[in-house]
Amino acid sequence: MIEESLVRRVLGTALRTGGDFAEVFAEDRRSSSARLDDGRVEDLTSGLDRGAGIRVVRGETTGFAHTADLTEAGLTAAAEAAGAAARGGGGGVREIALTRRDAPRPHEVRVLPENVEKARKVELLQRADDAARAEGSAIRQVSATYADNHRRILVANSDGLLASDDTVRTRIGVNAVAVGDTGMQTGYEAPGRSIGFELFDEIDVEEVARKASRRALDMLKARPAPSGRIDVVLRKGAGGVLFHEACGHGLEADLVGKDASVFRGRVGEKVASPLVTLVDDGTYAREWGTFAIDDEGHPAQRNTLIENGVLTDYMWDFLRARKEGRPQSGNGRRMSYQHLPMVRMTNTYVLDGDEDAEEIIRQTERGVYCVQLGGGQVNTATGDFVFGITEAYLIENGEVTDPIRSANLIGNGPEVLQSIDAVGNDFDTWTGMCGKDGQSVPVSSGQPTVRVRGMTIGGTAA
Amino acid sequence: MPELLEIAERVAGWARDGEQVEAYVSHARDTDVRVYQGEIESFSSAETQGIGVRVVSGHKQGFAYAGALDGESLRSTLDEARDNASFGTEDEFLALPEPDGVAPATLDHLWREELADFPTEDKIALAMELERATRAADPRIRGLEASDYGDAMMEAAVASSVGIRAASRRTVCSVAADAIAAEGGDTKTGYGYSVARVPADLDVAKAAADAAYRATRLLGAKQPRSTRLTVVLDPLVTSSFLGVLSSTLSGEALVKGRSLFADRLGEDVASAVVRLTEDPTNPEAYGAGQYDAEGLATRRTVLIDRGRLAAFLHNSYTGRRTGGRSNGCAARGGFKSAPGVGARALSLAPGELMQPALLAEIGDGLLVQSVNGLHSGVNPVSGDFSVGAEGMVVRGGVPAEPVREVTIASTLPRMLLDVVAVGADIEWLPGGAAGVSLVIRDVTMSGG
Repeated sequence: MIEESLVRRVLGTALRTGGDFAEVFAEDRRSSSARLDDGRVEDLTSGLDRGAGIRVVRGETTGFAHTADLTEAGLTAAAEAAGAAARGGGGGVREIALTRRDAPRPHEVRVLPENVEKARKVELLQRADDAARAEGSAIRQVSATYADNHRRILVANSDGLLASDDTVRTRIGVNAVAVGDTGMQTGYEAPGRSIGFELFDEIDVEEVARKASRRALDMLKARPAPSGRIDVVLRKGAGGVLFHEACGHGLEADLVGKDASVFRGRVGEKVASPLVTLVDDGTYAREWGTFAIDDEGHPAQRNTLIENGVLTDYMWDFLRARKEGRPQSGNGRRMSYQHLPMVRMTNTYVLDGDEDAEEIIRQTERGVYCVQLGGGQVNTATGDFVFGITEAYLIENGEVTDPIRSANLIGNGPEVLQSIDAVGNDFDTWTGMCGKDGQSVPVSSGQPTVRVRGMTIGGTAA
Repeated sequence: MPELLEIAERVAGWARDGEQVEAYVSHARDTDVRVYQGEIESFSSAETQGIGVRVVSGHKQGFAYAGALDGESLRSTLDEARDNASFGTEDEFLALPEPDGVAPATLDHLWREELADFPTEDKIALAMELERATRAADPRIRGLEASDYGDAMMEAAVASSVGIRAASRRTVCSVAADAIAAEGGDTKTGYGYSVARVPADLDVAKAAADAAYRATRLLGAKQPRSTRLTVVLDPLVTSSFLGVLSSTLSGEALVKGRSLFADRLGEDVASAVVRLTEDPTNPEAYGAGQYDAEGLATRRTVLIDRGRLAAFLHNSYTGRRTGGRSNGCAARGGFKSAPGVGARALSLAPGELMQPALLAEIGDGLLVQSVNGLHSGVNPVSGDFSVGAEGMVVRGGVPAEPVREVTIASTLPRMLLDVVAVGADIEWLPGGAAGVSLVIRDVTMSGG
């Protein structure tokens, strides 16, 4: 993307105002997406994003500038702007020797999406539309989206690091609308992996579409969700959002460092039920949040955050690790070259326990069985978090009964983690996007079936 | 900025016979300062530019974008869009809009050149002062998660081969504080902000006071019992609520059978005190602008008039498909997406009373200071509404004890019908809608 000698000169320029660390992050992202809605292929979009972000750190201050101009003039101007922001004294000329430190690819990508004809991408959507509508005349509307991106990055810094990565992500999503006596309902399904077009050798587009439609149809029969305290059983995979919100964000070292996390100062303490072992793993082959190096050039890692209920570590990026004099953990990520990196999750999951999922439901007298969640949000300083249910059922006398309408559940992270009293052995993962401070990055979460004794559900029924 | 318009016109001029080409070109300069404990934590300065090209050919549409404006990028983006169009589905309603004779509003003051000359040191000083003032406002303020200053100078131009020529520009700046308050082992957070076109108009003292007040007043919050009650939404919460509501009034949702209010035009869908207007020609609106994303002049549209559904938001496609025309509500998220439909300057007609008087009027209820999970708990198609909330119990007409870990729930159609009053405290906020206190009865609060 950029010549090594030019990178060295730009780093030198960036440090001329007295910075003690400089970094060049260059990115080339090609993306394509297609949307079929209302029976029509309406948007086929191609995109090219290319540029570099330059960061200069001096003490606790970071200067940052980015440019889409990758010529020497463009990069030099950005380096000067970033350097000016972190201006100190005692700069001067610094020679930087760069050493390549690439990390192994976590997995193979077989079919680059840019080598696949657009007609084949469109055809997937048409198949999805047909399959979704074939589920019944109550399915009145279908939208299907296909998206891929191929992202190449290069990271170089004044500590001598030079590393690059090449990631591909492919995803398909289907959204169905069903209409009945109770009004309109929606169903959604959107699998994705960090692989190329071979995704469609592994997943059946028609089945994805049928799932979305069945979900919408099922919701037509849904009762209003209950209101108040109730036991909650989270089906494998989708329920990982709970851990992402209940403690994932609170274990990000930037928030911990700012005293904005309820988990600050609690390493070594029991913060969860002993049934809970939580891992963040950027090396997990083919998962949505996987990469070879993070966006600061550090190799992806598998990090245990909570072991048998005891908090073992936080997640770290370059700045926070440097401040604490400890190693990074491969969690420095950014949305694009236009953004500063910060501590982010990758693939965050709870390991299998040894209970049978069906048995967990059978032993729940009254509760809510959450099959699909629609994302969540947390206030890390207070630990209060919410997550939405998009497919859920009542559990009555140990049996899954009626579907319930969508609602948010609310809880407090540290309290909910302690209230987990059953962990299944049927681990699965879920694909999502995670937003923090205006930046959205691909992540996955995962867990076996788990039960939380007592959370507040925000429906309208008594 | 003749250059952006020139670039857009150049690309539009490359249209072949039987083909329509629209080019949207934008350029922005941003500065963001974050301060932490009296030091600059980060200072970012950025210049972003790009082009989005839409091609309609044989009633098929294609789109492509590039984050660069060099000659080669312009050419290849058009080629990509053209190629993409060949895969679209033929749709007789697809065509680029032609000028419709509506004159753009005079909104020259949206661009304030002096922002470019505002010294970097002074931007940093504003963020520093915000942090200092927030900490000083109350001894229980333990710190700030963020104390930010940000500004942007944004320019955009649209030109098409069917005669559209539009250029607009605006400046914005803001300060925002996220305060953390602590007392006796309890921690709460609160936000404060101020928005303006130039830094001189920012009210740092108010942002600091609001953040400190909102964080401290929640200290000691307890989870209440579940019940049904009347809620008073704080202005910022109302603004988010209107944002969600507007998606149900989008022409796109209408033509695709995803609007709760399809077939309800002319009917009563809300309480008589609800008068909802989209008006980007209002200079006070944060989202004010002369042109929509397709280059048509923006205009004032009453969406709900004294409770009666009066109009949907339309771009040229949804307007045409519903047998009408665009009402200037094409929207896009920058150069990376083709125009859709969206509101950018919604407001409720204000009522007579400020918030304290509204609280006195309702007697008992819940004052909602912030909500969580709007994206996960509100379904604009089914109408289900369920969000996490923080706020104060209202008892005897005044704010009493704070509450935590509660949700409030209803449905969007019911909430509109259950609006009891709109406050007089209208204020323009970042985002597409004005804030104002809003009183809604018969909402379910879930707690312990």
